[in-house]
Amino acid sequence: MREPAPIDAVDRALIDRLQGGFPICERPYAEVAGWLGIDEAELLERLGRLLATRVLTRFGPMFQVERMGGAFVLAAMAVADADWQRVRAVVDALPEVAHNYRRESDRNSAFNMWFVLATESEAGIAAAIRRIEEGSGLPVFAFPKLREYFVEMKLAVRT
Amino acid sequence: MSLRLDDIDRRLVLATQDGLPLVPRPYHELATQLGIAPAEVMERLLRMLARGVIRRIGAVPNHYAIGYTANGMSVWDVPDEAIDELGVRVGALDFVTHCYHRPRRLPQWPYNLFAMVHGSSRDEVLDKVVAIARLLGPLCRAHDVLFSTEILKKTGLRIGG
Repeated sequence: MREPAPIDAVDRALIDRLQGGFPICERPYAEVAGWLGIDEAELLERLGRLLATRVLTRFGPMFQVERMGGAFVLAAMAVADADWQRVRAVVDALPEVAHNYRRESDRNSAFNMWFVLATESEAGIAAAIRRIEEGSGLPVFAFPKLREYFVEMKLAVRT
Repeated sequence: MSLRLDDIDRRLVLATQDGLPLVPRPYHELATQLGIAPAEVMERLLRMLARGVIRRIGAVPNHYAIGYTANGMSVWDVPDEAIDELGVRVGALDFVTHCYHRPRRLPQWPYNLFAMVHGSSRDEVLDKVVAIARLLGPLCRAHDVLFSTEILKKTGLRIGG
């Protein structure tokens, strides 16, 4: 991976303060700028730069697709190295695949390709899984969440 | 719980899923795009927040760029009758960002509790996994930790237009 872009103390404070709770009011950036002791124009400039340099991947509302009638499901496959590129192409080609990671453990875990399917309906998940199974010839194992105990970004900036 | 969105909510989701406009009055800008009053944009966003359709409004840092170069998906086999209590305790740890009960896939996959652990190095993540193991004690029957070794695709969630 590339070296991360340099950030200064104000950027760090901004990222720590802005992981949630962005105000809904006429001049929200002016309000946040006040928390940080800078002015609105500087905050907008910093946010634009942090997004352009990919220090931030996004800035805005985080939607919970299940609450919109949609579905969001983690799924996994066991893919042999020799077959990796072919299966990866099948999985990545689907627009329903929001992200896809190679994940491995020292204990040689049963599954090594892990992806998230996001669709606008429950039925869309089953259809996407079927397409991946047909396209790859391999079984897909779905891991729908049965219960959520915690989901929140709460990582303090360390760099 | 599923809450249907009306057409204007849906257009508001489409207009903001790439992010909020970086202008002094972002909600006014959205109102102009959607042809509704700024107050209505703000009311609808507040309502979606209250219902949980929007989890939060804010910035999503790239973990790597803010110093978390290692992330491990720790997975645990714990008794079903104890999982809710254990899941809440593991989720409360400050280095765990996501914690879920998911189904086992026997025989290959005996694990039912998933907790994402972030750190600056693989060793730090492994130390934190040890801390989780200590918290679970003898109720943990088996565990593993999977490290992401390659990002194959990352586009985030999108709904169609």
